[in-house]
This record gives sequence, structure tokens and C-alpha cells, in this order.
Amino acid sequence: MTKTKFVYVTYIASTPEKVFQAITEPAVTRQYWGMENVSDWKTGSPWRHIDGKTVRMVGEVIEHAPPRRLVISWAWPQEASDRTKRTRVAFDLERIDAMVKLTVTHDELEPGSDMERGITEGWPRVLSSLKSFLETGKALDTWAGKR
Amino acid sequence: MHIIPRITDTDKAFKALADPSRRKLLDLLHASNGQTLGELAAHLDMTRQAVTQHLALLEEANLVATSWRGREKLHFLNPVPLYEIYERWIAKFERSRLKSLHDLKKRLEGGR
Repeated sequence: MTKTKFVYVTYIASTPEKVFQAITEPAVTRQYWGMENVSDWKTGSPWRHIDGKTVRMVGEVIEHAPPRRLVISWAWPQEASDRTKRTRVAFDLERIDAMVKLTVTHDELEPGSDMERGITEGWPRVLSSLKSFLETGKALDTWAGKR
Repeated sequence: MHIIPRITDTDKAFKALADPSRRKLLDLLHASNGQTLGELAAHLDMTRQAVTQHLALLEEANLVATSWRGREKLHFLNPVPLYEIYERWIAKFERSRLKSLHDLKKRLEGGR
């Protein structure tokens, strides 16, 4: 079956280092994402996406090249052992003048799956909140209407 | 002294959305994400060159993101700026409308 892919782009008035840190530092992700991304970020290491005490998403670090690129696998804990359910997220950071172009590519998705629905709703919220948080110090109500 | 407002990303997004052909392109990408210029042009009654120009404007407004698959340039709907418009222009006014209804209710109930 053909897997689908989504590409999200946001331009943030910040530095690649700060944006990279905002993706990989649990104390920072909590503030604009509402979740913590926890890992030692070594290639091959596991990472977990934690909401309070609940593990919402799990995966592995596929590529870690700060502050330019981070690639992780992304799956629900209950489906993590099924390789066909494993999706992939790449964060690419590029400095453009005083901005950072952040591209999030989420692929290996099953068309019409709950995962596809979830991430297409989630990324615009998370990335808008990240931009607002880094530019103004104020995150958005990221999951407004969803909880 | 005249203050010239800086053209913001939101201005670009609204400008890009003002054209029906460009909205159609976004609808086509929403229906099937990651299409080539040729695939998109097949759905539109205009020259490839015109479609290219519309896509360039959408990309400039960050409503379309592109990615290469070999030698093919694929176009993806990027809804992040749309979400920012929603947050800035819709959610805010919804909240204030709900608050006025709430205030009206309190006033009417208090007046009894």
C-alpha cells in the first residue's frame, strides 16, 4: 500500500540552535507543545512523547544532526512493535536571514488511518504554538477544543 | 512621518487566498497531497505557466511547501499559516462573541 506524506513549514524569527533545543528539551516542549520529548537523542536511542505521566508516542532516533536535522520514528506505544505502523518525522532547520525555516516532514503514514488524522490536526497547532512561543514568549492554547 | 506597515506573512496569505484559482489549487492539494505541477494543471483550465505562477505565489505565502522526489517537484498543502489566521482572526472573535452572549445572559437574568 502506498504510504502518504505531509510537509509542514513555518518561519520563525529565531536561531537554529534555539529551535532545535525547543524540539529536544522536555522543559521547553512542555511549554508550547504540552508534551515532553524525552530522549538522550543519540542515534538509535529510544524517544518518548510524554503527557504528564502517560506515554503518548514512542520511537527511535534515526538521525541527530544539531542544529540542522533530526529524524525520529513515531508510533503509538500499542503499535510500536508492528513495523508497518511505524511512521517517520524529519525536522529540517535552515537559517534564512534572521529567520529559521523549519520543515517538518511526516511520512510512512497509512492513508486514512487514525494516525494520519491525528498528525494532520496536530502539526499546524504545535508549529503555530512553537513559533508564537519563540517569537513572543507566549505559547498558544495548543490543544484548545481538543481536551 | 509616515509609517509603512511591513508586509507580514499574514498579508501574503490573505493575498494568496484572494484568488479563486489559488484556492482551487489548495483544495486539490487537500484532496490529494503531494502533486506535481502536471497533475495539478490537469484539473485547471489554464496554461501550465499560469499554474506555475499561482503555485509560486502560494509557496511565497507559505501555503504550499515543496519536496523533491527524484526529479519531480511535489507540492504539499501547508496549513500552518491558515491555523495562525484561525488563531488570530477567528478564535479570538468567537471568544469575544461568546463573552458578549454570556454578559447579555447575566444582565437579563440579573434584571429580573
